[in-house]
Amino acid sequence: MGHYVVRRILQAIPLMVIVSIVLFALVNLAPGGPLAGRGQSRRLRPEQIAALKRQFGLDQPLYKRYIFWLVGNDWTKIDMDGDGIKESYGQGKGILRGDFGMSYRTRTPVINSIGGAFKNTAYLMSVTLLIVAIIAIPVGVISAVKQYSFFDIVVTTMSFMGQAIPEFWLGLILLLVFYVWLRNPMTGDSLLPVGGMYTLGTEFSIVDWAKHLILPVMMGVVGWVTWYSRFLRSSMLDVIHQDYVRTARAKGLSMNKVYFKHALRNALLPLVTVFALDLPYIFAGSLYVEIIFSWPGMGRLYYQAAIDRDYPVLMAVLTIGTMMVIASNLLADIVYAKLDPRIHYD
Amino acid sequence: MQNSIPASIMTNTNQPSLREESMSYLIWKRFRRHPGAIIGSIVLSCIILAVAFAGLSPYDPIKSDITVKNQAPSLAHPMGTDALGRDLLTRVLYGGRISLLVGFSVMVITLLIGVPVGAIAGYFGGNVDNILMRITDAALSLPSLLVLILLSAILREVEAPFLKSNPVLTIASVIGLLAWMFTARLVRASYLTIREMDYVTATRALGASNLRIIALHIFPNAIGPVIVESTLEVAYAILEESGLSYLGFGIQPPTPSWGNLLSNAQEYLVKYPWLAIFPGAMIFLAVISINYIGDGLRDAFDPHKVLQKIGEV
Repeated sequence: MGHYVVRRILQAIPLMVIVSIVLFALVNLAPGGPLAGRGQSRRLRPEQIAALKRQFGLDQPLYKRYIFWLVGNDWTKIDMDGDGIKESYGQGKGILRGDFGMSYRTRTPVINSIGGAFKNTAYLMSVTLLIVAIIAIPVGVISAVKQYSFFDIVVTTMSFMGQAIPEFWLGLILLLVFYVWLRNPMTGDSLLPVGGMYTLGTEFSIVDWAKHLILPVMMGVVGWVTWYSRFLRSSMLDVIHQDYVRTARAKGLSMNKVYFKHALRNALLPLVTVFALDLPYIFAGSLYVEIIFSWPGMGRLYYQAAIDRDYPVLMAVLTIGTMMVIASNLLADIVYAKLDPRIHYD
Repeated sequence: MQNSIPASIMTNTNQPSLREESMSYLIWKRFRRHPGAIIGSIVLSCIILAVAFAGLSPYDPIKSDITVKNQAPSLAHPMGTDALGRDLLTRVLYGGRISLLVGFSVMVITLLIGVPVGAIAGYFGGNVDNILMRITDAALSLPSLLVLILLSAILREVEAPFLKSNPVLTIASVIGLLAWMFTARLVRASYLTIREMDYVTATRALGASNLRIIALHIFPNAIGPVIVESTLEVAYAILEESGLSYLGFGIQPPTPSWGNLLSNAQEYLVKYPWLAIFPGAMIFLAVISINYIGDGLRDAFDPHKVLQKIGEV
């Protein structure tokens, strides 16, 4: 197993390099570019553009830019003032040493904005996933145990609906219902707040934070709950007709114990793998939630960077995203082997 | 002897006719027992018809008419009008053309890339398989939504007349380019099993070329899961396009699509909620219909279920 993991990690390195080259080329060769004036209040003069290009390192050929992005430029002299003489060492450490560069827009290290945004997205997603688990597990088990019952038909229909709702539209409808239509009967204000993680300029209060969570979490929960409850239903159906479940029933264990302990454990096995594979999509999927509810997370950061052509931010988020996809694939395989003793990797 | 029996007697016997024995008839028989799939097919056909005859609407989808701007739904404008006084129903129907076209184009593109890649990898195996599957893995390790946004943000700026005049094809290629891998893997898996079957060996012994075996002898038997996958692909692509256009990276206004009709909806939500409700409801209706059709096809193509039913026919 240990060998297998090491081999998989070694295999991931060239893959990561190839993907990063493709992404770097895509980002950097795009027409427009960060200096095309999109989102800027005033037009830049040609000499200002030249100075900015030097400052951002955009005057360099693509392969050099990639090398500087990868390993930094503090080991070589670069031309800072445009006189053609390379006089000082660069300051970038490169992504391999954990330096994602400076954001073109905010002129601050990318790692600072990424760090905060990552935490905010992780916070939102952990609450969402907790709610997903609380709803999806019992719903999936019960609708499998009572297959073709009224409950099961309602759940199956609703899961089809949940899978077909465009996520951003669900967000708009939630806004409409809980912000525009429903009113707090005491004060006449909107029932729920719709922007940010907390009310700006107030003291920290659990109630305020919780209120700001409700709508974003609801928006994120619907798609994943329907997905996982449907998945769990079909994997429970595979399990509950097996002999050991009948044996457990026969020796007199209660229904609850048989289904929720014996059967569920085995039914969760494929689910865990799928969940590991889904993780990056769960993270990326929060993009719409973050945009609609002004949640200061990774998705919104990326969206803004795509509009501004903030190359270092784009590359940072893309790199983290790719690493998450590769890592989650590896995780899925490892978890699968760990949970199922019949599987051996060599 | 057979020839002397009158046709009227033939139809009255309990002997299954040739038509009933065919595989496609069995599949259709199973499909038709899936109520969701039948309702889905009807709803989707209605949407396609309505969208196809969008030209019958008395209103123009793009020209504005300030005298009737921001009207609530009424008899004259069943879905209301937008900020420029355009009839929303008309725009939703024209937008549906674009959105559905994107959906079906993505399906065609994923098939055009995924089927050959999967078929060649699965049929030949060895190094060919290795190389093609490593490329597939690399494509699968891209964070798809992020790359989708990046690519469409880039293509929005490209000053190529071809891309500007074919927005549907452009956006469909971007979505398709990030989605063909699933089809490829599916096709590869089918080819891996089928190529070992005796009839393939027999065909090869008779001197059929590889291309002929891949395209004519294996493909018909590998097509079931591909049809199901491609159906669901249409729904997935409609959702992706609507999301991208909502963000402003997809189909650009004034051309309407279900997604970009919603892109300003959040600003108008308080005063003109119908602008947000109707286009999204159409996406929902189209996607859920297609998903039900896909589910019906999945059941219909499921070999275990087909075998069970053969006894009943």
